[in-house]
Amino acid sequence: MRAGVAPGIPALSARARPATPRWRRPTTVAAVGLAALAVALVAGLAFGSVSIPLGDTVAILAHRLLGWPVAVTWPTSSETIVLELRLPRVLMAMLAGGGLAVAGATMQGVLRNPLADPYVLGTASGAALGASLAVLVPLPLGLLGLGFGQLLAFVGAVVAVALVWRLSRASRLGSLTGLLLTGYAVGSLLAAGLSMAMVLSGAQLRQIVYFLLGSLATATWQQVAVAAPLIIAGVAVLAWRARALDALMLGDETAAHLGLAVARERVILLAFAALVTAAAVATCGLIGFVGLVVPHMVRLVVGPAARPLLPLAAIFGAAFLAFADLLARLPGELPVGIVTAVIGAPFFLLILRHVRTGYEL
Amino acid sequence: MSDLRLVDVALSYGSRTALAGLDVTIASGERVAVLGPNGAGKSSLLRCMTGVLPLSRGQVLLDGVPLAELGREAIARRIAVVPQQVDLPFAIRVEEVVALGRIPHERSFHGPTAHDREIVDEAIHRVGLDAFVGRDARELSLGERQLVLIAMAVAQQARLLLLDEPTVHLDLRHQVQVMDLLADLNDRDGLTILAVLHDLALAAHYFPRALLLDGGRLVADGPPAQVLAPERVRTTFGVDAAVWMGGARPGV
Repeated sequence: MRAGVAPGIPALSARARPATPRWRRPTTVAAVGLAALAVALVAGLAFGSVSIPLGDTVAILAHRLLGWPVAVTWPTSSETIVLELRLPRVLMAMLAGGGLAVAGATMQGVLRNPLADPYVLGTASGAALGASLAVLVPLPLGLLGLGFGQLLAFVGAVVAVALVWRLSRASRLGSLTGLLLTGYAVGSLLAAGLSMAMVLSGAQLRQIVYFLLGSLATATWQQVAVAAPLIIAGVAVLAWRARALDALMLGDETAAHLGLAVARERVILLAFAALVTAAAVATCGLIGFVGLVVPHMVRLVVGPAARPLLPLAAIFGAAFLAFADLLARLPGELPVGIVTAVIGAPFFLLILRHVRTGYEL
Repeated sequence: MSDLRLVDVALSYGSRTALAGLDVTIASGERVAVLGPNGAGKSSLLRCMTGVLPLSRGQVLLDGVPLAELGREAIARRIAVVPQQVDLPFAIRVEEVVALGRIPHERSFHGPTAHDREIVDEAIHRVGLDAFVGRDARELSLGERQLVLIAMAVAQQARLLLLDEPTVHLDLRHQVQVMDLLADLNDRDGLTILAVLHDLALAAHYFPRALLLDGGRLVADGPPAQVLAPERVRTTFGVDAAVWMGGARPGV
């Protein structure tokens, strides 16, 4: 193609594309995120009701997980605390935080709505209803280290999204509006069921409330082993479909004109976002804020293109929830959902007010 | 080589007929305006040409191959469409919007290559948007945004460019700018251009061939001077008007 400006068009001086400042390049941002993740890991293992020296914590990790020849100078109890109690908890926080942030970014993109979060299509109310039913009828069932409540929460989340999807296809509204409103309607219905369960639960109400506020206190290695493959595979599929997410930003028809099989891609994106969300809420309860806000923070720095957005959302979501969980257990087991909002909301407001990157909302 | 042939194309939305059996051929390198009153089926025709709407009858052939047999991506590499306007849900820079035009050429895991970036820069320059690089596309005027969407389609590197009322929201200066650009893309780069237009004068001035639609039928096809004969404008649009062809700028 020959270069040149069409006749009649005011000649504009050809300018080199202004370089993105170094601190905003995706590789730099990823390096910062990974460093934060490493700090969150070590701090999350060292601090808690019993503090373990940072040196010992790093040495235990190096010795036990990486097999480095380090002289064992720490008590066995430290090792048990770090490896058996805190490591699964920190990893679970990272999996859930990363997964929710990626699912949120996906929902916002597919629904073309900055207010969407991972819970918008009924996953939250479905999971909550499932968990509360298990509180009312506590059957001694379990699978792969998951309790009955966690199983029902997972099933509830998946069934709710499937229901929303099926019902919205019959709606006569434009497909995205129909999907959102169907999600809202089904969510309200399930929430009514949840309220009923809360009324009936009597003395067990506290258990339901703890699920609704989210907690990582019950994380075990076995749960990590179940959630990790679901969340990691789901996030990988979503990152692999990044191109589809970019095209959908322009709307269905333009996305189709860019070569996208719109209906198929939308189902893939929504299904895997729902799967990741279901795995996260089943194991950790309803942790708010991460899935809504972390994607916006990342977009503010690197822009809306999905290829940098999704991996960076995973990294920062993971680091954010790991730190939030640490802060939640330092004063003695606050629900982590409270901490994510109390720490995250002011931080986000500060960024919205003061950061100027050209990607303001 | 990229010719588009519509054979007996019919389309209905529910019980409403949008297109009632059209036969049209758009040859490679042509510049064609699609005219007609509101509801005549102009936008429907455009959608049929890219295969995003299932036809109720007939078929569309791209170089002799039915669109239905081509994948969406294969179509997107040969036909680019400039939409009227798009709502962007997030802040996004001009060059990032233009880069979306490379989607049909990208592979899933690989990001844009240096080659893709070069094509995007070229498209930005070609459309005259260099001064807007780095700006949030949502903050531009409608006319500037229209140019961004055209640049996106240029970056798509399809030989056939379809535009849905590219000048509808624009002031006179931007209308002329867009028309000059389309003529130039057609003359110098050899792109086939088909644009749905409301402005008969612009169509008459810039396009050697016009299709006139009314009620889902093709009522005239030829040079604008013939297609827009006064009595036809009267029967089709229901107004008494004459389209002047002479002079530097035509008028209605």
